[in-house]
Amino acid sequence: MTTSRITRVLPGFRLSLGITLVYLTFIVLVPLGAVFIKAATLSPEQYWEAVSSPRVIATYKLSFGASLLAAAINVVFGLMLAWSLVRYSFPGRKLVDALVDLPFALPTAVAGIALTAIYARNGWLGQYLEAYGIKIAFRPAGILIALIFIGLPFVVRTVQPVLEDLDIEAEEAAACLGAGRMATFIRVVLPALAPALLTGFALAFARAVGEYGSVIFIAGNIPMVSEITPLIIITKLEQYDYAGATAVASVMLVVSFVLLLLINGLQERTRRSEQKVS
Amino acid sequence: MASVTGKPIFAGSGRTRFEACVATRDSRLARGAVLALSLAFFFVFLLLPLLAVFVEAFRKGWEAYIAALTDPDAQAAVQLTLLVAAWAVLANVVFGVAAAWAITKFEFPGKRVLITLIDLPFSVSPVIAGLIYILLFGAQGWLGPLLEAADVKIVFAVPGIVLATLFVTFPFVARELIPLMQTQGTEEEEAALTLGANGRQIFRRVTMPNIKWALLYGVILCNARAMGEFGAVSVVSGHIRGQTNTMPLHVEILYNEYQFSAAFAVASLLALLALITLALKTVVEWRAQVHRGAGDRL
Repeated sequence: MTTSRITRVLPGFRLSLGITLVYLTFIVLVPLGAVFIKAATLSPEQYWEAVSSPRVIATYKLSFGASLLAAAINVVFGLMLAWSLVRYSFPGRKLVDALVDLPFALPTAVAGIALTAIYARNGWLGQYLEAYGIKIAFRPAGILIALIFIGLPFVVRTVQPVLEDLDIEAEEAAACLGAGRMATFIRVVLPALAPALLTGFALAFARAVGEYGSVIFIAGNIPMVSEITPLIIITKLEQYDYAGATAVASVMLVVSFVLLLLINGLQERTRRSEQKVS
Repeated sequence: MASVTGKPIFAGSGRTRFEACVATRDSRLARGAVLALSLAFFFVFLLLPLLAVFVEAFRKGWEAYIAALTDPDAQAAVQLTLLVAAWAVLANVVFGVAAAWAITKFEFPGKRVLITLIDLPFSVSPVIAGLIYILLFGAQGWLGPLLEAADVKIVFAVPGIVLATLFVTFPFVARELIPLMQTQGTEEEEAALTLGANGRQIFRRVTMPNIKWALLYGVILCNARAMGEFGAVSVVSGHIRGQTNTMPLHVEILYNEYQFSAAFAVASLLALLALITLALKTVVEWRAQVHRGAGDRL
């Protein structure tokens, strides 16, 4: 333990750790703990009833299903976009690069009404899609669109740095050994990108499951059809069903914690495999 | 030959190092297809919504636009948003610097758990971020009766909005500072200490110059999220016009009243904020790179 004594020569340990722990406790830990304590006031039957009524189950299916699908679509197009930004030169590349973060910066409510204006029946794209019988807004498809929007930067921003640091040598070696570009991509590049793609997928999924603002405007919020889990928490709150809202929230929190641990593990593995390479 | 070592000897040609190297150059067909697909995706999913905000905002003309923004309720929403963002930035700078200092300058048990806990609010749904404060401070909440007796309003009032915003912006500054300060180590601060500097001098003259760009970066992101937060704030706000409406909530109210142009007008201010955020972010990223490059040379 000599190292710890040496590093503590710098001042401010107690003060800085004190501020950190007090702020963390009062802003994050105590309030989150309140969810579980409140949920525990329900009897097991009441709890089960609250978290597994057909209407609530329908929201889980929709929220998790749409989030999985959106994250999968983002993995495909996010990889293509990251590939274009890293590997190809084209006019406006810097601008596209900067705007990829738009969903991080644009308030979710703004994204929500903008997407609705585009995909509603008389909207920018909606009117043309309507002619082909495709309806997006106020249906699960609209939710999917919103979740794709907010998840895209997670995939691009986790894949992009890994793609930038990729060794050209490995691909050169593959080319020397007679592999075509497609074979090289599938057998050399893709395995190297896999941890980053998986992390991006998990981040996009985690964000999508809890997303509220960008979804509710375009979703239509029809019970059993296009109602997401965060919305049912709000609906229960507005009906003063605090315990019910909290019970559903506790389910979502547990899922979030599991996802967080999973993502941390993935990032740790990505970091370690990068260190091994260098 | 372009590249055996992968070194950029194509300077000035504007090509990326992968394009300059024969082995990693994609066929024209592949390049065209990937570029077309990814840019089309970018256009439809990212650029089009942004354009839609501004076009819809001006649909009824310049005068309606100005009228929507000068409406007293809109003005009150702007003021409240600025107030909330100021609190969030202030609290997160203090917490972020303290957390980064404790975590990167010292060894103590439970450090990894602490780092994970700091990231926790990112993975919590904004709706839950609002709900937790209702459970604590609401009329039926733990402290509800106590607050009522003392005539203090937290939920459905400004303090609740600030608290919910503090929760969702919690990790922003700390997570920018921690990785940077980890790589910087403690040598410079220790050198200053042996030269007789006190804590405040060390922080101001040694640490601060090293972390200022990362700090600014964190502040920019924290501010954008604070001004734009919708879900968490919507749960605790109570939607009282002119009093507890932030800009995103005002957008929602106008939209639900079918005042679409007015809703998009207020939304366009928030979209402008997003664009400014992205521009500042790009500048700071570039400055930080220059800064780090200069540090490497020394």
